[in-house]
Amino acid sequence: MDELKKPTVSTSKVNESGIENKETDGLNQRQIIVKRFFKHKAAVVSLITLISIFVIVYTSLGITVGFSKFKFSIPGWWPYNISQIDPEGAVASTCNGGVTGCPTLDLAPSFLDGDGVRFGSHPFGTDIIGTDYFALVMRGAQQSILVMLIVGILGIVIGTVIGAIAGYFGGVVDSVLMRLTDMFLVTPTIVIGAVIGFRFGNLGVVPLAIMLGLFAWMGLARFVRTEFLTLREREFVDAARVAGASDRRIIFKHILPNAIGIIVVVGTLLLSGAILAETALSYLGFGVRPPDVSLGLLISEYQGSFSISPWLFWWPGTLIISIALCINFIGDGLRDAFDPRQRRHISMKERKKSRELSEARS
Amino acid sequence: MLQYILRRLGMMFVIVFGSSFLAYNLQAYSSDPLSVFGESTVENKEYLILQMTRELQLDVPPPIRYFSWLRGIVSGLWGDFDMGLTRMKLPVFEVIAQALPVTVKLVITSTFLAIILGISVGMITAIRQYSRFDYSMTFISFLLFSLPVFWVAVLLKEFMAIQFNDFLVDPTIPPLTIVMFAAVFGLILAGFVGGAKLQFFSILGGATLFAAGLLSFVSATQWFIKPSLGIFGVSFLAFCNAAIVIQLISGIDSKKGRTTGFGTALAVAILYFPLQALMSADASFMNVLAIFAITISAGCAIGYFVSTIDRRVYLRIGFFTALISTVPIIVDRFMREFSDYLNSDAVSGRPVPTLGQSNDLLTDEQIGNFWVSGLDTALHLVLPTIALTLISFAGYIRFSRGSLLEVLNMDYIRTARAKGLSERTVVVRHGMRNAMLPLTTILVNDFAGLFGGAIITEGVFAWKGMGRLFNDALTGYDLNLFMGVFIISATLTVMANFVADLLYGVVDPRIRIRK
Repeated sequence: MDELKKPTVSTSKVNESGIENKETDGLNQRQIIVKRFFKHKAAVVSLITLISIFVIVYTSLGITVGFSKFKFSIPGWWPYNISQIDPEGAVASTCNGGVTGCPTLDLAPSFLDGDGVRFGSHPFGTDIIGTDYFALVMRGAQQSILVMLIVGILGIVIGTVIGAIAGYFGGVVDSVLMRLTDMFLVTPTIVIGAVIGFRFGNLGVVPLAIMLGLFAWMGLARFVRTEFLTLREREFVDAARVAGASDRRIIFKHILPNAIGIIVVVGTLLLSGAILAETALSYLGFGVRPPDVSLGLLISEYQGSFSISPWLFWWPGTLIISIALCINFIGDGLRDAFDPRQRRHISMKERKKSRELSEARS
Repeated sequence: MLQYILRRLGMMFVIVFGSSFLAYNLQAYSSDPLSVFGESTVENKEYLILQMTRELQLDVPPPIRYFSWLRGIVSGLWGDFDMGLTRMKLPVFEVIAQALPVTVKLVITSTFLAIILGISVGMITAIRQYSRFDYSMTFISFLLFSLPVFWVAVLLKEFMAIQFNDFLVDPTIPPLTIVMFAAVFGLILAGFVGGAKLQFFSILGGATLFAAGLLSFVSATQWFIKPSLGIFGVSFLAFCNAAIVIQLISGIDSKKGRTTGFGTALAVAILYFPLQALMSADASFMNVLAIFAITISAGCAIGYFVSTIDRRVYLRIGFFTALISTVPIIVDRFMREFSDYLNSDAVSGRPVPTLGQSNDLLTDEQIGNFWVSGLDTALHLVLPTIALTLISFAGYIRFSRGSLLEVLNMDYIRTARAKGLSERTVVVRHGMRNAMLPLTTILVNDFAGLFGGAIITEGVFAWKGMGRLFNDALTGYDLNLFMGVFIISATLTVMANFVADLLYGVVDPRIRIRK
């Protein structure tokens, strides 16, 4: 890691490099990255949004952990669940056209529409038979996020290991592993996913996610390999080798921390890709199966009733988009943070400051 | 070079072989055709199971069964190509031969649109880096990245198709909508052109007024029911297009460039009337080609006679101005068919379809008419194309923006600026051309990858293409059909990679393919 801690001596160069040096003076690499990340406003907003979505999704309905016999559940704060039918609730909230089950959520303040801000008993409405839609959407989001995380983590771990081994050892190992990667890459992800989902979809969410994760590593493996190919030629690797470090130690302790940028950035893309893939598979009927729900399944189930009760369609879609959008923005922030070569936006204030700085020096 | 190509071809065979083996076994082990008998209480259940086992060779383990399938493919090398039969006893090859053109039509249209729009928007955001336009386009591209294609498809069906069809019953646009559309159009155009505050607001105002006027005109004349461009629309578009082409190729300051470009636009506008003779009801695709040939030769001729030195530049201006300006003439012809099409029995006033790739109710006469059937195909293409374009468009924006930004930081750009070349020359000649190089790779790959994306889109819009076949194969336990679809898409992907690498070596002299 010492390789990373380059002393940042302010040079006589002026203008932009002046700003660069000033903002990184006396900080180590990790602190610089964190600082850069928090300067990316969209990324920070997305991070907060994403965390709040996670918290709401997982606390509202409660979670059940464990296998068939050793289950223990943590109850949630939401009064309804996905198998509970509340016919009165459905009838109670009707819209103008007399359609039952309208969302009771109203965010427009009273001076706009007279009803005032309120949540009501079914803020997301209910479906046709009266199941609370907030509960359904939260349950769907729980499953979709779970799949996303498992697929993402498996993909990142496998992709990193395969890419690292291929890039570090090179030669025959590299060719074999990369041809293997190509073989998997040739098949469109949705095809592999559909075949797997068709078989494992009815086993439950976790086995499905694990199987999907086993086929999600190819893109990352390629990036990590390229990164390793350049990094293994650097002096600090030679130094480690001369000092007697084993291959495993060099890969994981010396090279990997330097390649973490690309892994994090491509990893976030993998995550947002995973949630879209899961919802697409569920939509096609190859992913999560009823009676369980996922966001894709909800959309597929209620797309027919769009013209009568559009909220059944809007909520799951909005949630998918918000999650994927947040992850993409966080990925963008991370790329900015990890890649100092790409200059971020220099604000007018900073420019003015740097101009003054250079004038003062000369 | 030959050695390289041979080695790559060998590798391609290995990859296709390996991945097809993988796919075959994955599919064979994960599906159980006998499961349909699981709950069945038919009397001759045992017999049926036995029959199906024999028919599908279920007693042979999949890895071995794979090779009997492979034999059919490999024997294609000596002309005895055999992809087996589907479960419905149809040759897989024929089934695919019917479905492939449908998917290709869809994929080509959307890729083409996505490339044109994505690259132009991406490059403009790169030139106006950190502008308001750049930020909003970055946000939009992130948003598009996060959109599930099936969700967009359902929305498109609802808002584009159903509501537009409803709107056509009484095609008057309410004033508020006119104002909103016009303002958005003005904002986009002003963002595109950019410039200082005064320029920004004058373009914003001008464009908004223009759009508002156009929309009011369209609304008042019921244009949506009887659309056409007419001579005025065609010439207006031709001159706008000429201005852009001139600016890109020679710069609007060049007098000869202006003469060529605007001369060609004028020629196309004048040719509008005589060309109508070529667009009668019994026209065919050859007539369209002939029209393009006529206008393009006119454009090239103007370019040739205007110039004395640097002929290629002016020939190019003539060529591209004529090529693009002719498109409105063709579109105009299709549009004039719309009114009859709209009121025919097959359509009955709801022209934008939500399902299928063609209207089955069209009469033979309508199908025989090139313009009517073309219009029908185009209208069916609208929704799926928009869905696919929206999804891949974002990738092109990001990629071309990044690529151009990287190139603009190069030393040779600084050199070009230092020699005093105009900003236009620096950006267009030195910047854009080099920024396009890495795009060849992504472009070819994307084309192959879209086949995967088409699976969902085809599903939502009920197109009978490759995606539909794949879906059928999976749910119907049809292994031969599945492998047929798979081998086509795998071969296309591998070939695309190969072509991309070769192309890259050709267009970029810095990259020499090592032996």
